Amino acid sequence: MLRVSVLKRRADFTLQAAFTAPTPGVTALFGRSGSGKTTLVDIISGLLPPDEGEIRLGDTLLTDTRQAVSVPVERRRIGYMFQDPRLFPHLSVEGNLRYGATRAGPATPVVVFEEVVSLLGLSALLQRRPQGLSGGEKQRVALGRALLSQPQLLLLDEPLGSLDVARRQEVLPYLEALRDRLSIPMVYVSHEFEEVLRLATHLVLLDAGRVVAEGTVSEMSLRPELRAIIGPDLAGSVLDGVVTAVNTTLGVTDVAVGSGTLRLSLRDAVPGTRLRLQLLARDVILATRAIDGLSVRNAVCGTITEISPDVEDTVLVSVDIGGAIVVARITRAALAALRLHTGQPVWALMKAVSMRGHAFRTPAPPEPTRPEPPFRSPS
Amino acid sequence: MRQFAVLMNDLLNSAELDALRLSLEVATRSVAFSLPVAVLIAWVLTRTRFFGRMLLDAFVHLPLVLPPVAVGYTLLLLFGTRGPIGGWLRAHFGIELPFTTAGAAIATAVMTFPLLVRAIRLSLDNVDPGLEAAARTLGAGPVDRFFSVTLPLMLPGILAGAVTAFAAGLGEFGAVITFAANVPGVTRTLPLALYTAMQSPTGDATALHLAVLSFLLGLAGLLAAELVVRRVRRFVGR
Repeated sequence: MLRVSVLKRRADFTLQAAFTAPTPGVTALFGRSGSGKTTLVDIISGLLPPDEGEIRLGDTLLTDTRQAVSVPVERRRIGYMFQDPRLFPHLSVEGNLRYGATRAGPATPVVVFEEVVSLLGLSALLQRRPQGLSGGEKQRVALGRALLSQPQLLLLDEPLGSLDVARRQEVLPYLEALRDRLSIPMVYVSHEFEEVLRLATHLVLLDAGRVVAEGTVSEMSLRPELRAIIGPDLAGSVLDGVVTAVNTTLGVTDVAVGSGTLRLSLRDAVPGTRLRLQLLARDVILATRAIDGLSVRNAVCGTITEISPDVEDTVLVSVDIGGAIVVARITRAALAALRLHTGQPVWALMKAVSMRGHAFRTPAPPEPTRPEPPFRSPS
Repeated sequence: MRQFAVLMNDLLNSAELDALRLSLEVATRSVAFSLPVAVLIAWVLTRTRFFGRMLLDAFVHLPLVLPPVAVGYTLLLLFGTRGPIGGWLRAHFGIELPFTTAGAAIATAVMTFPLLVRAIRLSLDNVDPGLEAAARTLGAGPVDRFFSVTLPLMLPGILAGAVTAFAAGLGEFGAVITFAANVPGVTRTLPLALYTAMQSPTGDATALHLAVLSFLLGLAGLLAAELVVRRVRRFVGR
């Protein structure tokens, strides 16, 4: 468990943030540019001292301004992958990878050199110099270098931020593999919701230097604070489920979500593993009765839990479909015509092709435990 | 190499060869003295903020603007056998600097010091502090960071500064003659030998030899500095 509660005053900006990151897991710090994300990870790494507050990783107290405790950066065992690769130009790729490893001390390594090299696909690059590598290759080397320093925590500050879209798609699978195969907790800074969806297990929303909400990605997907950041087009719900069946002939996958099952168009899932579904509000249809003869593969009966105004004469209708909540955006005209109200039973219709699935290649988890609230707010 | 020695013997007389050998020795020793200090001072001036930093900066650059004779005279006052530092050195270590080759090297080191510090500072300015921060997060302490990241990346500038200071040191005149005098075989370096030859009614040929030699050495030094920088830059990947 990583517990952070810090205050940092700058001339034009104050960061006052407290959050708890479950470990292991990937905690995303998500917010607009300038919301204080980088400042926060700089403080966790120790590179930037906070004015007040404390940082605790597991049983280790890293920073406590009241007791004047501050473990030096080089002894924190916190790996840091920066926005830019920051590879040492005078060393080969292998020299870069081994830089942190040789300084990690004699403790039993968490990850070994060969494992990282194969996980990140670096074996062909080992003898090359950093300046000859592509942007994506550089970031993979930077990631490997941070991993091999045997960190207890890995900080990633928009590691894909300096890459174009194609290179991002090249690096993202490596990050997913890392999350699924190694048990190093990660704090991942991003302002791209796509990355959060694919990587994060816990989500901390930052706005203007404050934590406005935190929780699982699924919980946060229903929060207006998140919609304010990602915009109306991405509004919807995120559901974490477990793959129950894969029909490779038809190319559909069944996922247990809450007490029901949803079917989506996906071929390469593995039964028994976790899968995250993204359901955009604009793709969900509501009906007051069951309708036959539709191509829609998912028609689930649920109960309306909330109706809230949304952009441009639309409303967001939240429907509980047995422990999971889906959100539909409908016009105010439709709301009036169907006379929808809270507590009403309703059918939610979801096309198998409009759902996006993000595989987490880990076994189905036990019931998620809620993180404890931050232990202390800075005064 | 032997052929080269024979050729040099044909071209230069023994006094001229002595002057050449002395100049090379003095310049080498002066760079060896001043290089570690220059790296330290350059680092302090670039990476630290303290009261009096500007004063230290100006002080380091003084030899550029002072008359070299004034520098030599100051050295004589400080390092002379009765000077505060010279007296101490003599009493405790038996070291005497005036009228010695070591003294000529010290005078040369002081005069070329600003050149060295300037080149090293430029190279240090080009070292991204982000790389040092990365080294920190990878477990490298301050000294480790300096030697494993900062110093290798400064290498082009350090070597360029060293070669330039060496080439300039071959020809240092005013401070050397004032502090270490003009002793044949001990402190009579190329420029001093050239000056002495010009004072002598029969020294025209020697003066011309030494002038041409100085010119060639200077040119070779500057070219070498450029080549070294290119090679080392490629080596450290900058």
